[in-house]
Amino acid sequence: MEPLIKTEGLYRYYGDHCAVRALGFELYPGEVLGLLGPNGAGKSSTLRMIAGNLAPSAGHIWLNGVKLQTDPIRAKRALGYLPENPPLYPELTVDEYLRYCARLHRISGAAVDEAVSVAKSRCGLDEVGRRLIGNLSKGYQQRAGIAQAIVHDPMVVVLDEPTVGLDPIQIREIRSLICNLGHERGVILSTHILPEVQATCSRVLILHRGEQAYTASLKQDACQSGSSLLVRLARPPELAAIAAMPGIRSADQLAQGQYRLHLDETSPSASSLAEQLVMAGWGVEELVPERPGLEQIFVRITSGEQGG
Amino acid sequence: MILTIAGRELRSLFLSPLAWSLLAMMQFILAWLFLVQIENFTRLQPRLASMESAPGLTDLIVVPLLGNVAIIALLLVPLLSMRLISEELRSGTFSLLLSAPLSIYQIVLGKYLGLLAMLGVILSMSAVMALSLLAGGELDLGRLAAGLLGLGLVLAAAAAIGLYFSTLSPQPVVAAVGSYGLLLFLWLINLAAGAEGRGSALFAWIAMPTHFDRLLSGLVRSSDLIYFMLCIGISLILATRRLESLRTQP
Repeated sequence: MEPLIKTEGLYRYYGDHCAVRALGFELYPGEVLGLLGPNGAGKSSTLRMIAGNLAPSAGHIWLNGVKLQTDPIRAKRALGYLPENPPLYPELTVDEYLRYCARLHRISGAAVDEAVSVAKSRCGLDEVGRRLIGNLSKGYQQRAGIAQAIVHDPMVVVLDEPTVGLDPIQIREIRSLICNLGHERGVILSTHILPEVQATCSRVLILHRGEQAYTASLKQDACQSGSSLLVRLARPPELAAIAAMPGIRSADQLAQGQYRLHLDETSPSASSLAEQLVMAGWGVEELVPERPGLEQIFVRITSGEQGG
Repeated sequence: MILTIAGRELRSLFLSPLAWSLLAMMQFILAWLFLVQIENFTRLQPRLASMESAPGLTDLIVVPLLGNVAIIALLLVPLLSMRLISEELRSGTFSLLLSAPLSIYQIVLGKYLGLLAMLGVILSMSAVMALSLLAGGELDLGRLAAGLLGLGLVLAAAAAIGLYFSTLSPQPVVAAVGSYGLLLFLWLINLAAGAEGRGSALFAWIAMPTHFDRLLSGLVRSSDLIYFMLCIGISLILATRRLESLRTQP
């Protein structure tokens, strides 16, 4: 399978400062790749290079099999990009703006209205189509920025901090939009919010000082081995009784009625575990799958070196 | 593609009060100057009637009118051109153009055509004013056409220079100051030549009025046309190169 994004030995210097160092990764259709890193780790620079906004100091980028440096126009046809600050014209209405973006991406006259209305409904902009962008709230402006990135139905969607400035409900909508996009397309997004990566991404790449510090794929299945569940029970039994359940390697008591259950390789799905807990009559109040590791890894990578 | 960018540029220009207020102010001043010229003409008319091969309406009203339009337009063009690209650089909308499947020259030409369309409005406004004289007299239409061509070329050259300066800074005011500087320099450089009496041929050639005045007098020479084309071409190429280098610089 041809990767949608392929980078090789990517470097970017600002003067003497090296913002991105020897970065090479691939993104395949159906993947959502999360770029994670503290501020100044080189996330935005990487995305700007992929989007053709910044020339790399060294290295190569292919978009959908077309090399960006030698054939930028053809490569950019497969690209939708939301920069850190959404590129909006405050004096235009949402409809006018999206129509302009669609035409810029070479959508022909008849298909423009269709593309605009699809993008609007995907981003929840149906009601504000005739309002001026400058008068919209920050959340709607951000959504208009996302709509701009997907209006031409690109194969590669590059989103730089897509959920900044959104309220929790909008964040959920945008996350589900990203998951939908990731079904047949490739999405790469940057963020410094860990739960966002866990909620939306199928793979994570942690950048630190411009270098790839860690990469791993995140299974959507809550019950992969080595993961854990947080439960809160109204009528807690003995700790040993919980630990004795099938599929549970061990259990810790965190507080009165709160437990962390470590799952083993044979553990069944989260739903059947929940069923067992209910059948046992312990009064399940909360059951949260936990993907351990990422946060610890992130903290270790980003703070460990600063100390040393 | 180019037309899409030009269309949005023109739309944004007319959605802001800037374009409308500039056009209104310009039209008011031109109308005033136009009326003053007509007043002078009617005062001179008895004397002109007794002269042999007397200067006509075209000489006494149209040519000074077009000359005035050129000078006022030189003051207006930097105000219109300053935000063409610097505004997009400042607000970050330029990345929309950079990530779209466009080449830089298409962006530059689109922006340029958008501004030219706006200046076309100024040109046609002054043309209509001159043509209104046909109601009460006769005009040398060939000379009027040459004058309008000259005015159009001055506007187009000023727009190209303004566009280039607009790529240099994300601050529109800096872009305006730069283009004012260069335009005034090009307009006034032959003053030095004039003071010496015999003048330097080079300075005279660089100066924009040298070429514009010939066109105003009805003389369309290819060397003058080439001068304006060079101004436009060099400015647009420099603008393209400047925008291309933006991606490589921090």
